[in-house]
Amino acid sequence: MSGADFTNDNGVLRFRGVLTLARLGDVADRVAAIDGRPTAIDLSGLERIDTVGAWIVHRLVRDNDIPVEGADANTARLLEQVAAADQPVKVRPDKTPSFVRVLKQIGDAVCTAGHTLIGLTGFFGATLIAAWGVIRHPRRFRYNAVARQFEVVGVEALAIVGLMSFLIGVVIAQQGAIQLRQFGAEVFAINLIGRITFRELGVLMTAIMVAGRSGSAFAAQIGSMRLAEEVDAMRTIGVSPMEALVLPRVLATVLLMPLLGFYASLLALLGGGLFTWISLDIPPITFITRIREVVPLTDVLTGLIKAPVFGLIIAMAGCFQGMQVEGSAEAVGLRTTSAVVQSIFLVIIINAVFAVFFASIGWV
Amino acid sequence: MTAILAKPAVPASVAPHDDDMVICVRGLRNQFGEQVVHEHLDLDVRRGEILGVVGGSGTGKSVLLRSIIGLQTPSAGEVTVFGEQMLGREETEARNVRRRWGVLFQNGALFSTLTVAENVQVPLREYYRRLDATLLDEIAGYKIAMSGLGPEAGPKYPSELSGGMRKRAALARALSLDPELLFLDEPTAGLDPIGAAAFDSLIKSLKDILGLTVFLITHDLDTLYAICDRVAVIADRKVVAVGTIPELLALDQPWIQEYFNGPRGRTAAKGAETLHEEAEERASRAAPPAVQADARG
Repeated sequence: MSGADFTNDNGVLRFRGVLTLARLGDVADRVAAIDGRPTAIDLSGLERIDTVGAWIVHRLVRDNDIPVEGADANTARLLEQVAAADQPVKVRPDKTPSFVRVLKQIGDAVCTAGHTLIGLTGFFGATLIAAWGVIRHPRRFRYNAVARQFEVVGVEALAIVGLMSFLIGVVIAQQGAIQLRQFGAEVFAINLIGRITFRELGVLMTAIMVAGRSGSAFAAQIGSMRLAEEVDAMRTIGVSPMEALVLPRVLATVLLMPLLGFYASLLALLGGGLFTWISLDIPPITFITRIREVVPLTDVLTGLIKAPVFGLIIAMAGCFQGMQVEGSAEAVGLRTTSAVVQSIFLVIIINAVFAVFFASIGWV
Repeated sequence: MTAILAKPAVPASVAPHDDDMVICVRGLRNQFGEQVVHEHLDLDVRRGEILGVVGGSGTGKSVLLRSIIGLQTPSAGEVTVFGEQMLGREETEARNVRRRWGVLFQNGALFSTLTVAENVQVPLREYYRRLDATLLDEIAGYKIAMSGLGPEAGPKYPSELSGGMRKRAALARALSLDPELLFLDEPTAGLDPIGAAAFDSLIKSLKDILGLTVFLITHDLDTLYAICDRVAVIADRKVVAVGTIPELLALDQPWIQEYFNGPRGRTAAKGAETLHEEAEERASRAAPPAVQADARG
């Protein structure tokens, strides 16, 4: 078998060899570069032809309105078939000017943000309604689902949250000691550890970890259930997805965030205490006494009050984004990403609001 | 041509090298943990035929397909495609065989981040980098039209298509390299009867015109009657029989009898007869063959 080739014989294009995609070579380019208008096409020298070859021939016939000679029955049918498929098919989306496209992107982003905010608020309302329904009919409460979420959100997170907080405690103690040493006030590193972990970092880092672990899982689980029409199946059976899927997750996260946050603060203290003991030679008993002196109860309360709110935000964002999944598996990935980004973003904003609020009521 | 009832436990023989055999499977064995899916499975697919593969759910039809196209490494056996050993091949060598076949997966398996036209162009771009953009677009255009999609389908994303359209788009992609061999995994599953019939005749006409060899997994009895030249039956972990439907019907194999003589099988047979008569009637009226109309349908 030889590759495709053709000769231009005074306007008669004589093709020969195997005119197929694999053996096309530069025939397509050379056909496009022919000088003058061809008068006929001769296919008698062809060994084989496929649709791509037929298309090239068809294109010549169509553009120049010339006869085809020497085509055998199969080739003729193939040409007919290709001609029948020559419809104005759109291959590329319509192009818009880049300026318009940028404007459109900005507009879309604003609209999406607005819709998300409204949707999230609406979703919060729907969750409250579902919660009210369960309060009025306590028999509809799903103990098993809640217990399962307790395990997933709380118990299974203990190791990673604990390790993270412990290491953060060590780092704060170490960095604090280095800076305070310049003033000969290394011992104040204990104040730093005690206050910052209970007030801010313990809860905040836990929230970020829970958003990454559980918020994303909520979005992905509910999202894939949406894709598999499981959520629709629930509705038709008469099970409310809000009660069966959303409420247990929200409840578990809201209840477990204070516990996890407090646990994280304790482990950060442990890390800091261990560092000050080993590195600064402060005995544990002194560390504990000093913590009790410098950390007011309001610091602990601050953390405990913030934690359930953070938990609510994370669970809401995760479940909301999961419920928004539509179309393809790609949407699950996108929605999971948005769930994590949104919950961390909102947690940090609300944290700032809390900081101002607690400062103004004198809990400093 | 008579149906062959496979002898039990045929020893794995060397695959015969024959130009008329497109696919040759010998002594195939597939095992997942404890579960043996195939054992001593032999199968031949001849050039230019449409071979239907049937079998109950879970008999490993898809696993057989995956073993042939190299997505599943069998525990034992030989697979030859176009006379080339497929198992244990270097990736670069396997590519040369791969570009001669097209595969239509059960759910289309279109790339979700690409438009339909881009999906069709993926194999072309992968194997023929020198094709210029205009020709690429034109090829995508006529392949899309050939597979029976409307002109507006090109720039759409798979998530915007209905199930039937997705199948057609996937067929367009499977055909994009002008393959000699086409693997179809349940092409008509999930299509409405009109769409399924149109898909059948589309495959039939493509096969006639392009000289395709088709390996077709199906549960659709109408498809079997309408377009398959031969049917291979998988049961008891191997191909128990291969032949035309009348030949299979003559066999005394309980599953085959139940399959083709069950209520659905009889209806499909009746339907195929009627179709046949209609086709003959049309031919006797010397009308031109309806190939083109079907292909666009």
